[in-house]
Amino acid sequence: MNRLAESAIKSGRSLYNTLPVLAGVILLIGLINTLVPKSLYRSVFTGNEILNSLIGSGLGSLMAGNPVTSYILGGEMLKQGVGLMAVTSFIVAWVTVGMVQLPAESLLLGKRFAILRNLICFIFSILVAGLTVMILGAM
Amino acid sequence: MEIKVEYAGYYFLLLVILAYLITGFINTGAVLSSLHFSLQIGLKLVPVFILVFLLMTAFNYLLSPERLKRHMEKFSGIKGLLIAVVGGIISTGPIYMWYPMLRELKRKGIGYGFIATFLYNRAVKLPLIPVMIFYFGLKYTVVLSLVMISVSVLLGFLFEKMERGGIL
Repeated sequence: MNRLAESAIKSGRSLYNTLPVLAGVILLIGLINTLVPKSLYRSVFTGNEILNSLIGSGLGSLMAGNPVTSYILGGEMLKQGVGLMAVTSFIVAWVTVGMVQLPAESLLLGKRFAILRNLICFIFSILVAGLTVMILGAM
Repeated sequence: MEIKVEYAGYYFLLLVILAYLITGFINTGAVLSSLHFSLQIGLKLVPVFILVFLLMTAFNYLLSPERLKRHMEKFSGIKGLLIAVVGGIISTGPIYMWYPMLRELKRKGIGYGFIATFLYNRAVKLPLIPVMIFYFGLKYTVVLSLVMISVSVLLGFLFEKMERGGIL
């Protein structure tokens, strides 16, 4: 089989593997959108930007999976009135902090490195969110 | 490990379907409304995913962990960090697939700064950028990506310093 066909099959398989999660997330968003009152988002994300970012980063750190899922969830959170800084913290932490992969990372790259890297990336997710929102505000 | 992840996806989907069934017993209207909302999201994402598939195929065709490793071994210092930035961005597949390669590079003398920068830049996923633009717009996507790339270099320096200081 030629390399291009192999690459297409690999990509197709990778996307196919994420389909159940993506379908689940999209269906869950539909259900949440119908059942959960919009006021709940405002009560969780209180209005204090730093606290909102901490909550966003915390949620993003605990969740795992394809970054697309975080974009979809973040986009829907934004539509529900959650601030851009909290949503940015959420998607940055999702892709840079890996609590689920922590055991594998510790085992292969060293425990101290894995813990420090995830801890620093958690703090950086708030920093990145703040910088991004600040730059966008100044543009 | 991959099989477990695949099953987790199906379990998650089953749980969501179960939630729909339970809701359906209580409020059929809510289920129909939710399905309609989800269908709208799904339909909007179809063209974006076709583009993602094409980009992923192009990256898989042009790169392999082995080919990337050959380039990474050649550089150190600021040049090495920049290679780590590019390597992290263009690397594809699940993150745990890259841990053995990074461990091998570490054994060959590559610093933790390089590894931290590489791993951070895996967050900047070129094939997935269409989805991000779809949800957040081009300006946001460009600014966030540039901020993350800059921060990754800072992270690399931080880890280099920690390694030299004996913390790692």
